[in-house]
Amino acid sequence: MGKIEWAMWANEQALASGLILLTGGIVGVAGQFRGWQFAAYAVAAGVFVCLLEYPRSKRSKGTSVERTGQYCFTVCVKAFGPLTRNYYVRAFLHAAICVPGGFMLSTVLGCVCLGIASLIYLVAAIRGEHWEPILPRKEVRKPVTESIKNPPQNPPPRPPAEMRRKRVDDLEGAAYDNPISVTDD
Amino acid sequence: MGNFAANEGLSIFVILVWLGINAFLFVHFYMAFLTERWFYTRVLLGQALSWARAPAAALNFNCMLILLPVCRNLLSFLRGSIQYCSRTAARQLDRNLTFHKLVAYMIAFHTAVHIIAHLFNFEYFMDAQLNRNSSLLPFVLSEIGTGDNASFLNPIRSNETNPTIVMFTTIAGLTGVAITLALILIITSSMEVIRRSYFEVFWYTHHLFVIFFIGLVFHGFGRIVRGQTAASLKTNKPDFCASRFEEWGNNGTNCTVPDFAGNPPGTWKWVVGPMILYVCERIVRLYRSHQKVVVTKVVMHPSKTLELQMKKKGFRMEVGQYVFIQCPSVSMLEWHPFTLTSAPEEDYFSAHIRIVGDWTQGLYEACVGDATQPQEAWKLPKIAIDGPFGTASEDVFRYEVVMLVGAGIGVTPFASILKSVWYKRIQNNQDVFTKKIYFYWLCPETQAFEWFADLLQSLENQMAEKEMTDFLSYNIYLTRWKDTEAAHFRVHHEAENDPITGLKQKTLYGKPNWDNEFTNIATKHPRSKVGVFLCGPPQLGKSLEKQSLSHSEADVKFIFNKENF
Repeated sequence: MGKIEWAMWANEQALASGLILLTGGIVGVAGQFRGWQFAAYAVAAGVFVCLLEYPRSKRSKGTSVERTGQYCFTVCVKAFGPLTRNYYVRAFLHAAICVPGGFMLSTVLGCVCLGIASLIYLVAAIRGEHWEPILPRKEVRKPVTESIKNPPQNPPPRPPAEMRRKRVDDLEGAAYDNPISVTDD
Repeated sequence: MGNFAANEGLSIFVILVWLGINAFLFVHFYMAFLTERWFYTRVLLGQALSWARAPAAALNFNCMLILLPVCRNLLSFLRGSIQYCSRTAARQLDRNLTFHKLVAYMIAFHTAVHIIAHLFNFEYFMDAQLNRNSSLLPFVLSEIGTGDNASFLNPIRSNETNPTIVMFTTIAGLTGVAITLALILIITSSMEVIRRSYFEVFWYTHHLFVIFFIGLVFHGFGRIVRGQTAASLKTNKPDFCASRFEEWGNNGTNCTVPDFAGNPPGTWKWVVGPMILYVCERIVRLYRSHQKVVVTKVVMHPSKTLELQMKKKGFRMEVGQYVFIQCPSVSMLEWHPFTLTSAPEEDYFSAHIRIVGDWTQGLYEACVGDATQPQEAWKLPKIAIDGPFGTASEDVFRYEVVMLVGAGIGVTPFASILKSVWYKRIQNNQDVFTKKIYFYWLCPETQAFEWFADLLQSLENQMAEKEMTDFLSYNIYLTRWKDTEAAHFRVHHEAENDPITGLKQKTLYGKPNWDNEFTNIATKHPRSKVGVFLCGPPQLGKSLEKQSLSHSEADVKFIFNKENF
């Protein structure tokens, strides 16, 4: 189990807990159960947890798979900087959020599940993991390589046209030494 | 369309039957709690009683089913026997994991309905105790059985408690919480992201199913859902007596105080069979794993692929099957599946294992060890094998002309098939029905080529020796390349052997033009049935399926087999 990133599982568990908390809260409010105020809280807490946990973190090793449409959530979560980046903060946040859920039967399940997610986040934090946003990669254009130097501005040095005309009768005599050096020395 | 029905018909039928049984159980048990016996219970709970009991029945059914698709050895045995009756039926058994997941989703759904209904039930029970007014029927009903604690209706016995406390102090409540937690943990760790990347978490957490089943069996032991006893129904008829509740038990009325009792627990009857089967399955796996497996050769291929050649007494395989491999020195509890790459005609069986994670890395280190010196045979680790399982792809041999398409790592089962076809053709001198194979290998990068290219090269040589070069025609497509490599390819375009693979057949770049390929094959083989087999991504499957259908004209038929691998 050496290479597991606990935060990935904690994230799935927390998202599921958010949904369960939300569902329990809705049932509590819709059925007008005793203690429905806790249910109303659970609805708000469930929505908050879902929003926080929806954007998946970038994996430190391997390819990261985004959830559908998570980009806007990523931007929002990223805006909170170290608060959302650090998993200790998340662990304690989830532990705190889940407590009021324990006071009412319909939200108890969400409370316990979120508590478990909080524990897994704690393990992730102890192992040094942190949340990284998955952002679309910016294309980096490679700078044009240095091999293309300044192209020559002038035509190559040549003797005048009458010397250049091919003297087919005297090919040996037509050869000449270039008066101007053609190398870069 | 006929192809679709042939391929998918039985699966769809099975799913429909399963959904039908679910629906039937739901409705039947919903109605069962609308009878007279439950009249007084419904006074307290209303429709929420039926809404809780109906999914409970469906849950019994689904929990019975969920263990069956994962009894691999039982399925293999069934598959072997059914094969003689119907190949299609046998192939259904290869979709066991899909069915397991479907049943799991249904369990999650019914659990949700069941829990929500019980939330209402607890609330109503509590209401009945809190409104302590003797002119209310629910309160009168709740007071029944206060003395002897046996014939009560309302499981909440006092008003000085609350539903949460009641839940944690009843058997049903405690087991319910425990098994729901187990179910949620199992589900979150089975999400594809976790399963594919952190297999150990998935596998170990999945064993919480033991807690799930134990809790499930004991869930009904508290007999918390109570209805009127048969004897009591004779002396207190609800439709007559309900409105006269203030006079129950008084002399002269025809209504005595009703008695209530709970149903005996019934879940164990549903799940005990599959639980026993599963225990047998694990015992069989344990037994098979102790059969001695000898590693005869270990080959380390350049593309981080480890080839293990092994022998085991009494091991028989078919083409395209897979085995589970366990290496106790790496991990006692992990079994990982690998496709067999050897042919049944060889005297050993082999698997090519890519080194991608913890376990494969550990296996590599155990087998190869110090790579500078040759490893002593006795130093090789002990290996356990379970299997072989899975599709026997002999269907390949039923066609005269065959198109095999493998994408990336999907080429692995074809190693087995190609070797087997070759052996059949050459060594046994039988007239193999298959006369021509067109093989397409699509790969994004060159690195994974090596071991398979070796196989193709040796086949190429052998075919040249026997002058059968037109038996196998293979096409390798590189679908991704770097600019630096492209220059190299251009320069060596004219070379006799391919610069990547060393094969005479040149590597092609990009994706194949399937239209052209199908048309060419159709023209070369008129009046024949061409089998098309794919091991690769579903999008490729869809396009191949479309091509097969569109190119199946009067005399040439392309039959697409996509679920063989």
